[in-house]
Amino acid sequence: MSNNTTEKVRASLQKRYFKEKVFRSIGVVAIVASLSFLVVLLGSIIYKGYPAFKASYIQLDVTLTEETLDVSADAEDSELRRANYLGAIRTALRERFPEVTKRGDKRNLYRLISSGAEYALSDFMMEDRSRFGQTHSLWLLADDEADALLKRNKDLTKPIRTGENAKNKDALITRLNTDQLGWLQSFKEAGETDVRLASTFFTNGDSREAEQAGIRAALIGSAYTLLITFVLSFPIAVAAAIYLEEFAPQNKFTDIVEVNINNLAAVPSIVFGLLGLAVFINYLQLPRSAPVVGGIVLSLMTLPTIIISSRAALKAVPPSIREAARGLGASPVQVVTHHVLPLAMPGILTGTIIGLAQALGETAPLLMIGMVAFIVDIPNSVTDPATVLPVQVFLWADAPERAFTERTSGAILVLLAFLVVMNLTAVLLRKKFERRW
Amino acid sequence: MSVTNLILVTLLLTFLYFVFGRQKAFAVAKTSGGLQGMHSLPSHYGAYVAVWCALPALAIIVGWKLFEPTVIDSMLASSIPDSVHELGEKSVALYRNEINNAVDSNNIASLTDPVKQATATRLASLQNSAMLGLFVLVLCTVIALGVFALKRITPDMTARHRVESVVRSFLFISATIAILTTVGIVLSVLFESLRFFSQVNLIDFVTGLNWSPQTAIRADQVGSTGAFGAIPLFTGTLLISFIAMLVAVPFGLMSAIYLAEYATPRVRAIVKPLLEMLAGIPTVVYGVFAALTVAPLIKDIGSAVGLSVASESALAAGLVMGIMIIPFVSSLSDDVITAVPQSMRDGSFGLGATHSETIRKVVIPAALPGIVGGILLAVSRAIGETMIVVMAAGLAANLTANPLEAVTTVTVQIVTLLTGDQEFDSTKTLAAFALGLMLFVITLVLNVIALYVVRRYREQYE
Repeated sequence: MSNNTTEKVRASLQKRYFKEKVFRSIGVVAIVASLSFLVVLLGSIIYKGYPAFKASYIQLDVTLTEETLDVSADAEDSELRRANYLGAIRTALRERFPEVTKRGDKRNLYRLISSGAEYALSDFMMEDRSRFGQTHSLWLLADDEADALLKRNKDLTKPIRTGENAKNKDALITRLNTDQLGWLQSFKEAGETDVRLASTFFTNGDSREAEQAGIRAALIGSAYTLLITFVLSFPIAVAAAIYLEEFAPQNKFTDIVEVNINNLAAVPSIVFGLLGLAVFINYLQLPRSAPVVGGIVLSLMTLPTIIISSRAALKAVPPSIREAARGLGASPVQVVTHHVLPLAMPGILTGTIIGLAQALGETAPLLMIGMVAFIVDIPNSVTDPATVLPVQVFLWADAPERAFTERTSGAILVLLAFLVVMNLTAVLLRKKFERRW
Repeated sequence: MSVTNLILVTLLLTFLYFVFGRQKAFAVAKTSGGLQGMHSLPSHYGAYVAVWCALPALAIIVGWKLFEPTVIDSMLASSIPDSVHELGEKSVALYRNEINNAVDSNNIASLTDPVKQATATRLASLQNSAMLGLFVLVLCTVIALGVFALKRITPDMTARHRVESVVRSFLFISATIAILTTVGIVLSVLFESLRFFSQVNLIDFVTGLNWSPQTAIRADQVGSTGAFGAIPLFTGTLLISFIAMLVAVPFGLMSAIYLAEYATPRVRAIVKPLLEMLAGIPTVVYGVFAALTVAPLIKDIGSAVGLSVASESALAAGLVMGIMIIPFVSSLSDDVITAVPQSMRDGSFGLGATHSETIRKVVIPAALPGIVGGILLAVSRAIGETMIVVMAAGLAANLTANPLEAVTTVTVQIVTLLTGDQEFDSTKTLAAFALGLMLFVITLVLNVIALYVVRRYREQYE
């Protein structure tokens, strides 16, 4: 009988071991798949985003004279600043390609240069007035469609993927026509195109023109918002954590506060946006789109996170330290401020940084309070209309021009870089100061 | 002269008074038999004086700023011409707005109408004198109270007790802010929702099959009847959340099982933080990924096999949301699986079970309540997720269970109803608050159940 059972078990062993192997490999597959999602996500963003940090320039000989600029040499500064720089650029383009005579063709030719180039030219002129009356060889920002081709170093002699070429994978995807490609190729062959690091991406505000759009305004807006969030949430959260860990009596009220904090941590962020809209904007009449309101809303949202991690840090300080301080005559408040809080501070800061990193990436509640505005100017104070980095990403992702896709991904890369730095700081802080008693 | 400057000046004075108070305490100690004779430490006396200065001053500033606009408005009413008053409330508000903007931007000259210019000048002067009054009042208060508090420093005065009771009240008030936030959320969405339900029947809202919030501007307009039936929104939300859970639960759970049961400590130490990176990526990034990468991919695949896929299909949003939730499911499951006592596994091994048999027949059943709790939390997260669906799901309410079609969700509708310029009182914007109330209630119920289940489970093995 027992022999029989043993044989049965032996017979089933192979099958059971096989099942074991299958189960284990399902686990491996799940992990590998999850991690490959991460890789694909980051990879696609990096691939799409890195050109945002580069910009293409086209070299032109621009003549800054009375005829091209429509002002006299002794014009006042303000007049000279508003002179016809666009005309000068257009003249330069016509001189570069004298064979272009038809009006439509000329218009197409002008489209190769960014519409922001005239302002750059105006700045160039105003830097030194003696440049008037001379011809300068200048690098001007290329327009987004030309920029996209130059940056990725495409072969401009290939056909465009339209019409009969629709299925041709090798063809160029662009909105430029063959004439424009030809002119661009001529610039390229003459060595009059250049791809440089795009400082404008970091120094400009938003723009309707993809090649001029930058993240400066959003970065400053994010900084203001995060500053408000930190100033409000850190003291309040730490105080709340100290109260709950060190002073709160065991009663119904304390229970309610604790349950409340846990629930708040799981309330959808958009609901905090509704709160901000109804209370701060409509009831208290605070300015719309301002970092101060965004900061208040985000600090309400990050409070639970910081409270929960601060409580954990306070709890980790051993009771013997409190008892020793009490024994030497310290009051309860002195025990906390002189001993417990300093010892728990690294843990509290770690939690705070992680909470702030969350706030930095948050978008939905800020949409509710109107931080989706189109912001060109750099905000100067916490009450100026502003936008933040994630909202800028959202806005650009919605823009129809293809060139905004790379701006979107570029802005995401900057956002992720900040998040990585913040989280690394938190991890290092924990590693360096973590004490085990 | 701005409020910021005033606060800075107050804080500076407060600090000075702290120093004075401390010195006064030393001086008092000298004349009355040394520091041992004092009730508290010198810095406690300093803090005592500082508290007397700062708290009333800050209270005055806040109170003043709360009432200032109302008072100035009523004082300004007389200088608004009667011709505007006769036109009714709205044009008065418009007039005020124009004046306010001109004064705020410091550009009174931009107003062409001399009457308006006069009003604006008056407003500016009123604001200036108000600011001046506040400045004088606050500074006088600070200085007077400081002197008063300095006078009270005696060896018997219980400065430490008083300062500490202020500190403890601050701690207590901070702890109640969490409750105030919840109350604020409930009240703000509830009030607006009640106004909405006075215009739209609650039953129609909960059971209606048609959602088109465009209300008619003209009476004879066609197609803009403004139907507020929320069922399509809820089915859309559920469809996307269901797809998300189809991705997140198997991947998350199996990752957790592998990490908790099979992985060596080294693998675990590397893989776990990597998985959690998925949770640290902002949702707007997932939104971009869904809208610009996954959705076109699914559409291409669909057209290759001959299926018509909407470019804003529920599938794309759901898949990406699922990826986002994987680490959520896996870390919660990981916690509960490692909490299962080792003795239970040992018992199973002792009876000859293989590792996978032990996991399937012993560990998972024991951990099931905790896992279910974690999944409920993940579902509540999926329902409340906004950015992915705003960017990748559709806008049109569509009552369908086909994941290849475009559906809309509760959160998408809240965002579309409230972004953009519109009147705050219209039925459309109020509808957003009603949806917000529903969202809050649903996620709250899910969270309470989940937290309860998880806590019960933890207690079982503690």
